[in-house]
Amino acid sequence: MQDFTFRRPASLADAVEALRSIPGGKLLAGGQSLIPVMKLDLAAPATLVPVAGLGELRGIRLEGSELVIGAGMTHREVGESAEVAGAIPALAALAGAIGDPQVRNRGTLGGSVAHNDPAADYPAALLALDATVVTDRREVSAADFLGSMFETALADDEVITAVRFRVPEAAAYAKFPNPASKYAIVGVMVARSPGGVRVAVTGAAPGAFRHEGMERALAADFSASSLDGVPVDAEELLSDPQASAEYRAHLVGVMARRAVEACG
Amino acid sequence: MSENGIGAAVLRKEDDRLLTGRGQFTDDINRPGQAHMSILRSPLAHARIVSIDTSAAEEAPGVVAVLTGREMAEDGVGGLPCGWLITSKDGSPMVEPPHPALPADRVRYVGDQVAAVIAETREAARAAAALVDVEYEELPAAATLASATRDGAPLVWDEAPGNICYDWEVGDAEATEAAFRGADHIVSLDVVNNRLIPNAIEPRAAIGEYDSRTGDHTLFTTTQNPHLIRLLLGAFVMGIPESKLRIVAPDVGGGFGSKIHHYAEEVIVTWAAKRLGRPVKWTAERSESFVSDRHGRDHLSHAELALDAEGRFLGLRVTTAANLGAYLSTFSTCVPTYLYGILFAGPYTTPAIYVEVKGVFSNTVPVDALRGAGRPEATFLLERLVDKAARETGIDPVELRRRNLIRPDQFPYQTPVALQYDVGDYQATLDLALEMAGADAFEERRAEARARGRLRGLGVSTFLEACGIAPSAVVGSLGCRAGLYESGQVRVHPTGSVTVYTGTHSHGQGHETTFAQLVSDELGVPIDQVEVVHGDTQQIPFGMGTYGSRSLAVGGAAIYNATQKVINKGKRIAAHLLEASEADIEFENGSFTVAGTDRAKAFGEIALAAYVPHDYPIEELEPGLDETAFYDPKNFTFPAGAHIVEVEIDPETGTVELVQVTGVDDLGRIINPMIVAGQLHGGLAHGIGQALLEECQYDENGQLLTGSYLNYTMPRAADLPNFELGHNTTLCTHNPLGVKGVGEVGSIGVCPAVINAVVDALSEHGVTHIDMPATPERVWRAIQSSQA
Repeated sequence: MQDFTFRRPASLADAVEALRSIPGGKLLAGGQSLIPVMKLDLAAPATLVPVAGLGELRGIRLEGSELVIGAGMTHREVGESAEVAGAIPALAALAGAIGDPQVRNRGTLGGSVAHNDPAADYPAALLALDATVVTDRREVSAADFLGSMFETALADDEVITAVRFRVPEAAAYAKFPNPASKYAIVGVMVARSPGGVRVAVTGAAPGAFRHEGMERALAADFSASSLDGVPVDAEELLSDPQASAEYRAHLVGVMARRAVEACG
Repeated sequence: MSENGIGAAVLRKEDDRLLTGRGQFTDDINRPGQAHMSILRSPLAHARIVSIDTSAAEEAPGVVAVLTGREMAEDGVGGLPCGWLITSKDGSPMVEPPHPALPADRVRYVGDQVAAVIAETREAARAAAALVDVEYEELPAAATLASATRDGAPLVWDEAPGNICYDWEVGDAEATEAAFRGADHIVSLDVVNNRLIPNAIEPRAAIGEYDSRTGDHTLFTTTQNPHLIRLLLGAFVMGIPESKLRIVAPDVGGGFGSKIHHYAEEVIVTWAAKRLGRPVKWTAERSESFVSDRHGRDHLSHAELALDAEGRFLGLRVTTAANLGAYLSTFSTCVPTYLYGILFAGPYTTPAIYVEVKGVFSNTVPVDALRGAGRPEATFLLERLVDKAARETGIDPVELRRRNLIRPDQFPYQTPVALQYDVGDYQATLDLALEMAGADAFEERRAEARARGRLRGLGVSTFLEACGIAPSAVVGSLGCRAGLYESGQVRVHPTGSVTVYTGTHSHGQGHETTFAQLVSDELGVPIDQVEVVHGDTQQIPFGMGTYGSRSLAVGGAAIYNATQKVINKGKRIAAHLLEASEADIEFENGSFTVAGTDRAKAFGEIALAAYVPHDYPIEELEPGLDETAFYDPKNFTFPAGAHIVEVEIDPETGTVELVQVTGVDDLGRIINPMIVAGQLHGGLAHGIGQALLEECQYDENGQLLTGSYLNYTMPRAADLPNFELGHNTTLCTHNPLGVKGVGEVGSIGVCPAVINAVVDALSEHGVTHIDMPATPERVWRAIQSSQA
């Protein structure tokens, strides 16, 4: 790891100003992805601007049909939140099973969303729950925000402040973890709302995606068996030492069925 | 049994410092004026070094020196020696290529050392290493065992055609052929033994120091055997007399075999410290550990078992290709031969065995001993083959084993592959394991699991291992370039406290406690007055270190013999003081007594008399009470056991859940049952890791695909069930303590039990074998292919 300067901002506005004015400045959230990358010298920001503790990024509240979670909330806080458990229990369960306790105590919602690791859990929740990413300057739908692996619509000096999740009638997340890293080899979130059914898949492809074939099948008949025979194309999926694309395609089906069953 | 003596679960003396972060590991040591070293490693598996431009690195801030193979050759530093010469079938010696610490002209694996950058700080050295400009001419790589043995494979060494280091055999080919001709059943199996990365929790580290006033070299290093390193580094690599070379292995955080070997970094820091006139320190980063610690296992084997109509084993033949990696690491050559081929009788009466092993070079990290070293490979192959034989003959796997286990009345038992077993009771061990595992009621549990949509399986492994490799004369005749005895020194101080010096080394095994218990028990001295010293060649007598589960069976025996010398001398002193005949003096519970009387002298009084010899038989006896023993065992020891594993498989995902792991072992006499349980737990975790989780993978270009914990799966507590452990003890007949060894048992015995259980669970799908690790995808594919 290379030496760097630590510049603690007083406010959200101060953080944005720091990111804008300091050459080589980089936002630091919980540090669960950025710090390992820096330890491997794959990134060497000259200045880190930590934002996780800022008041503007804290808090969890229900606003009408949306659950708003501050970007600085840790996975543990989301996992243990009564508000989250009451509104979207599947989201609390997802956050409570990210990584390990050390990661959950430091890692944040905003950090995970901004990093957009293709094997992270949150992107599946953002897509399945029709979420909106709120930044210091705008609101962007999850579908527009999340790009391919490690890419988002976020500007270098832009800070995610919160994520607004639409509260569904029912939702569940089924994850098949990588035995080594505990990231998702495949994670599927299924959410049923008056507007329809969403099936979002993470871990399997270079970026989280919605499976339209499954969504159509479930819209017609919301049961696990309705997914039988719905094809999952292995062509676009990832292959690595832990899981081939073909196996991932199979797991997408299994995890989707389990998520539907868990929706009750 | 005394409160802290042999058989007591004494809390570990070393844990107070280790568990409170006050251990003193190599990286905790800092020497005045030290510089820091970073190693630039080859990014290519095979390449010619066209040029190395160090100028930019040399000019970087804080850089002291950039050293390459050229400077090393100028200074006449030798290569790393191999400790065991293997002779091929045709009588020719193995191909033994050079093993430079810094290769000057060609790199042979990803991770090979190219340059040493030495700077004022670790960060400066690391940053400057990135500025060394190396021009490579990439060469085709022999990246896996399969590709290295293919016709026309790229050659790792020009002098090793076909990448063959040796083509070795053991056993009787003719008798084995005859046995197969008379067989009623022949069962065959192809087995991969997966490649493993050792992953000790403490990365390797080394500090070289040179005192120009005296000419003394000191090397602090993470080793399991400081004297062996002194011998290899001093005599073979650097040409430094032992009297001028001190090796210190302080607290060491796990080795599992990977810290036996003599490593290039030990040479480089020792050489650079003298060349630069200041101490040089190196600590591996975790990423470096993956590409430079010696890997383990990596075999491809074909085996056949011949049986008669009743299921009795008639003959066994095995053909193995063993990956040695790019260079011959210290004991790499003996692991797949003398620690493997001679294990194939296992606990069975198979009368004819023939084993052929080819040692193969490849463009990968050198492969050497890893917990079990050869014996897990043999045990896995044999126990998988026996299980397959049971399925093919229709004989129950437990019953088939029973028909072939060596009976207690057959000991000493001479196997057809060199070993002679001294003692054992394999049937009783198996019986106890079956009872503890509730094997009788297994089919009910299987049916209950099936009702839940899960596949349940039970797997058994009956095995033995050979530990405490010996005797020196025999291993010497087989090519070992070292003796395999051990030293122990028992120094009684004037007021009766004791310091014990052992040539073995503790890096997690708890020697400071076990050996103290042993000495406390023998001499009747309270355990808190017995200190155990190890790891510093300037303090301890010459010893061979710790590997192969030898510390207690060989090192403990040496200490025991030294205590007997102390007691015998004490009796002569007591006889003088008590005015009795030496033959009438008895020693018990720390007291020398004239037999049949109450006249006695305490151990402390005798010690004081030995050092303050005012009233002393000075004409016939030297003062002092300080005895050393060197113990060269008469034979290996043969721990044996029965491990039973029960699994449940989710057929949709292929996930294997370990439901129960039962291990009953015969370890000989147990000194500290808590430490023994800890060693068993660790070994079982290691074996389960190999069976279900761990797999080192290279791509066809020799790039390591599993170079971090993101994709190399270590076993964690949550992956393991509680272990059910039992003992069925017979005492080793040829060492004075009756002990056998425990460090490797789990990693040897449990792998085949896990895979036998997985295959049992999948048998209704027609699956007859699955390779390790039985990952979810591999299990899922096995189910898919059976349904296809």
